[in-house]
Amino acid sequence: MTPRKRRVLPGFGLSLSYTMLILLVLLFIPLVVLVYRATSLGPEKFLQAVWTPQARAAYGLTFGASLAAAAIDTVLGLLIAWVLVRYEFPLKRVFDALVDLPFALPTAVAGLVYSALYVESGWLGRYLVPLGFHGAHSRTAIVLVLTFIGLPFVVRAVQPVLESLDADVEEAAASLGANRWQVLSRVLFPALQPALLTGFALTFARGLGEFGSVVFVSGNMPYYTEIAPVLIVAKLEAFAYAEATAIALVLLICSFGMLAVINTLERRSRRHEA
Amino acid sequence: MKPDAARRRPGVGSGRPTEPAWGRRLLISLALSVLIVLVVIPVASVFGYAFSKGWDHYWNTLLRDPDTRHAMWLTLVVAPTSVLLNVVFGIAAAWALTRFEFRGRTLLTTFLDLPFAVSPVVAGLMFVLLFGATGVFGPQLQSWGVTIIFSTPGLILATTFVTLPFVARELIPVMQAIGPEEELAAITLGANGWQMFRRITLPNIKWGLLYGVILCNARAMGEYGAVYVVSGHISGQTDTLPLRVEKLLQEFDTAGSFAVASVLTFLALVTLIVKSFLEARTARDLEEAPADDAGLPPDDIEAPAASSEPASTSAAAITAAGI
Repeated sequence: MTPRKRRVLPGFGLSLSYTMLILLVLLFIPLVVLVYRATSLGPEKFLQAVWTPQARAAYGLTFGASLAAAAIDTVLGLLIAWVLVRYEFPLKRVFDALVDLPFALPTAVAGLVYSALYVESGWLGRYLVPLGFHGAHSRTAIVLVLTFIGLPFVVRAVQPVLESLDADVEEAAASLGANRWQVLSRVLFPALQPALLTGFALTFARGLGEFGSVVFVSGNMPYYTEIAPVLIVAKLEAFAYAEATAIALVLLICSFGMLAVINTLERRSRRHEA
Repeated sequence: MKPDAARRRPGVGSGRPTEPAWGRRLLISLALSVLIVLVVIPVASVFGYAFSKGWDHYWNTLLRDPDTRHAMWLTLVVAPTSVLLNVVFGIAAAWALTRFEFRGRTLLTTFLDLPFAVSPVVAGLMFVLLFGATGVFGPQLQSWGVTIIFSTPGLILATTFVTLPFVARELIPVMQAIGPEEELAAITLGANGWQMFRRITLPNIKWGLLYGVILCNARAMGEYGAVYVVSGHISGQTDTLPLRVEKLLQEFDTAGSFAVASVLTFLALVTLIVKSFLEARTARDLEEAPADDAGLPPDDIEAPAASSEPASTSAAAITAAGI
């Protein structure tokens, strides 16, 4: 490319430098300070801060719960997207719009209402707790609320792909003698796989950083129901800034790693379409 | 909709194989049960719990309690300010990224997404490390008598950070699809930059912009994690509505807590309605745009080719609404 090329449209310098300025002030400088503060601890103290038994339990739980919620959402999301695209039923548009509610509802509200619903005296808990399902103040509660938070990702990733699939391929497979299950597993599933994977990764990444909803439902018991972001806040509230920063850096590296994975997935699925 | 829309409906003149009726009914009822259990019951119960101590308690919490009223006022200051900052940022970023080719363009697009990947708690912590009492600029700011952390500017900063990509991510696919032809024509005919923006660009992107604003505002009003870290939780001073929800719960006023939550839920439902309306609107606008706009700007600006296919629209929309 040739930077000397005359630009006809105005505002290049202004818009680009403003964008860079905001990114610098809001994103780069804060990130650099975080990394600097965490690394200035020195390798030994850093390891001591991020690799305590309590922190390890928190990482394990954060990963495990996000993974479980992402897996559940992949199945539920495929089901909901399929039904919304392929079938007609009353109130379809209302249900379609409701899929996005977890995006619009403040996470604190989600946490508040989930914690109230599933405790022993709650609207759902009074039936479920006697059955042995503890949907509040437990690890199940964390998975449950993360499933709610991540619900729209898979649906919204799969829906457009499902809509754009050509009926011809399915017809051809069926007329060549494939039964419904074979059409699903050999024709539809391979076409949907990139979208499912993207949705899974987005749900997982969202779960890793989630705080607002989990803090209400989990009970936040160290070693048992304390996720990494809650641990960071606990350290901050105990004025242990150095430890909080070190754990935050670990979480940040994981999140950026997930973002890189998501970008790769999206690029690959786009190349498939091309 | 495309002409083959009718064909997609099972049984409408189509040879597409479909499930037997009992299978369809089973799948529909399964999917709807999931939505009812995960989404409908929780939303309904927010209002149920909110009114569990009667109308008087509900309205007293919302209208009489000074701390709750202050939280409302604070949210009405913080969220619109963040949205405004992000509108200016979003328009600037989308303009630079869709109308010009420059070195590092792809990298800049990636950077735009970073705030979505940062856990809100970590975002809040970064600003504490910068502007807090023991932060990098903290002591200097203190000597000037400026407080950012544990006060309104910190809340605005944290909220702006977590919502930073919303408007830009909505505008980029819209501006890419519309293409630069009309703007080039305006400039060629002698319009200045401001006239071009006001008469051509803004009318073209208004629905996409509004969509971004709606999403951004929903997130800004509801933000909890980042704000939690920078607020300091001073009742009647630095509690926004979501923080007030938690405070009331800790004061064992469950009904009051749900009363505040019901206001936020109501706003979320309004957001969804406006959003569905805007989705229909932007879909129509994009279809009306001439088909050959997407990749063919004139010779003297290079086409932002790689990312202009429509596939990126949906991915961007998902990402934007999400993380």
